Amino acid sequence: MTLRKGIWGRWLYASMFVVVFALGIATQRSGLIDQIGKYRSDIVFLSQQHMKLVAISGGLAIAVGVPLGLWLSRPRMRRAAETIMQALNLGSTIPTLAVIALAMTFLGIGVVPAIFGLWAASLLPIVRNTYAGVLGVPAHFIEAATGMGMRPRQILAGVEVPNAMFVTFAGIRTALAINVGTAPLAFLIGGGGLGELIFTGIDLNEPGMMLAGAIPTALLAVLVDFAIGALAFWVVPRGVNPLR
Amino acid sequence: MIKLDKLTKAFETPAGTVIAADSINMDVGDGEICVLLGPSGCGKTTTLKMINRLVEPTSGKIYLNGKDTDRYDPVELRRTIGYVIQQIGLFPNMTVEENVCVVPKLLGWDPGKARARASELLATINLDPAIFLKRYPKELSGGQQQRVGVARALAADPPVLLMDEPFGAIDPINREVIQDEFLKMHRRLRKTVMFVSHDIDEAVKMADKIAIFRAGKLEQFDSPDNILAHPASRFIAEFVGTDRTLKRLRLVKVGAAMLANAPRIGLGEPVAQALAMMDDHGQEFMVIVDAAGRPHGYVDADTVRDRSGPVGEHGLPLPATVRVEEDLRAAVSTMFMHDVRWLACVDRDGAFAGFVTQRGITRLLGETYRGPTPRPAE
Repeated sequence: MTLRKGIWGRWLYASMFVVVFALGIATQRSGLIDQIGKYRSDIVFLSQQHMKLVAISGGLAIAVGVPLGLWLSRPRMRRAAETIMQALNLGSTIPTLAVIALAMTFLGIGVVPAIFGLWAASLLPIVRNTYAGVLGVPAHFIEAATGMGMRPRQILAGVEVPNAMFVTFAGIRTALAINVGTAPLAFLIGGGGLGELIFTGIDLNEPGMMLAGAIPTALLAVLVDFAIGALAFWVVPRGVNPLR
Repeated sequence: MIKLDKLTKAFETPAGTVIAADSINMDVGDGEICVLLGPSGCGKTTTLKMINRLVEPTSGKIYLNGKDTDRYDPVELRRTIGYVIQQIGLFPNMTVEENVCVVPKLLGWDPGKARARASELLATINLDPAIFLKRYPKELSGGQQQRVGVARALAADPPVLLMDEPFGAIDPINREVIQDEFLKMHRRLRKTVMFVSHDIDEAVKMADKIAIFRAGKLEQFDSPDNILAHPASRFIAEFVGTDRTLKRLRLVKVGAAMLANAPRIGLGEPVAQALAMMDDHGQEFMVIVDAAGRPHGYVDADTVRDRSGPVGEHGLPLPATVRVEEDLRAAVSTMFMHDVRWLACVDRDGAFAGFVTQRGITRLLGETYRGPTPRPAE
């Protein structure tokens, strides 16, 4: 899982650099910077909307995903857990656009179905990594903890969660990267966000407008990834944090 | 201190019922080290884990200090029993100090008291508290981790310690060191220890009592010397090895096999007196001591028979000496190394105390085989 995250993160950074560099050249040549500048107030307003979508849907995904992952990792859930994980895996193969379209059918248009769609898209990596992280805690830690007289709840809080944390954070990082990148779709069902500039720019064949949405989206993705990385660095205990 | 009464554990498996422990009866005295020994899958670990109820017995009783453990909440019970496992199981997310303080914290000790206890324990296991308290387990060597594991088990001063192959994962050199340290600590703390091992040498070294298991049954429960001298069955004889008599060398101190009150003679005495004393004692040789009583050399009856003057001038140097508190294994090894049939023994101050002979050692070890066979443990 850690490896997965590593590749993801690096791939994200590398492609971002290439894109930004190419865009820089392109904008310089065609005077796009002035065109983008025209949308300054839109960028500020829509970025805030975009961040709100990400924060609410991502926050809810963490609030649901982590406890769900922990619950599935309990011994009494062992048998059901695999089936549920399979179901979640299957669910994640549904494209986010389809999820958003489905959400619109049930919840109408606006912010609510958009948040629901983004929440559903970022839930799986968090549940999966929390679950795998806890299962990955070696059995002898649990045996030692039990043998010393810790109760199951104390073992969960004192041993299992801290040792699973690094893997869980990797899942959260992946989930939020997906979330930020998918959030522009929210515009399609009236959820607002930077998608408004991107999709309208495409429709009107106006590169300046499109980039006014795309560049902040990209920067936001980098920022979120960095923030989660920094958080993981400081929150995960030093003894189980390979970065410290 | 620990009494097992018809303790039985049966596991239901798809292939049928497996009896992991079959009506085990044992009685381990206060302050004793009892080693549970046997090949893997013999039920020794299951038996150990029933004591702190990590495994619930199918039937039978366990008494700790006369109290039936069924009457306690398993979690409360475990907090009064130290537990060390082979993989050590130090929590990597906690510092050494936090690891050692786990049980005191569970018992609701004052944090200051728990910290003081952690420092004290670290000092007893030869790790400097100033350096190691704040370290994480991954920053320690395997041997250091295992010491901390033992310290953690001792943190709340439990009267009973359960150890499941605690030194199995440590390299042979460090294992000897840690075993010695543990024995030293045990002599001071006098905990009652149940110790699972599959290594007969470790068992002979550590144990006051050895319990040998085979396929869920307790085959023999006896002192190490009796197990080695009188194995109750062919299985045990094979398990302890064909060199079992040699292993007994480790159990006997030089002092026990030594001929004390051996004749000795001062450096300046005449040869004639030495010859007279040797004839009196029917001995071929005699140790020469200096004024402080330390062995200086020896005289051989045949070579000095027709000589005169002080014995000091005719003495031959001693190739080696052995201390009385060493075990016979060390003595025999020294004899073989120097190709001699006897060795002079010295006490703690280096004074001559007597000597051991190869014949004396073989006779001592052989005595138990010639005498009436003691009744094997039930």
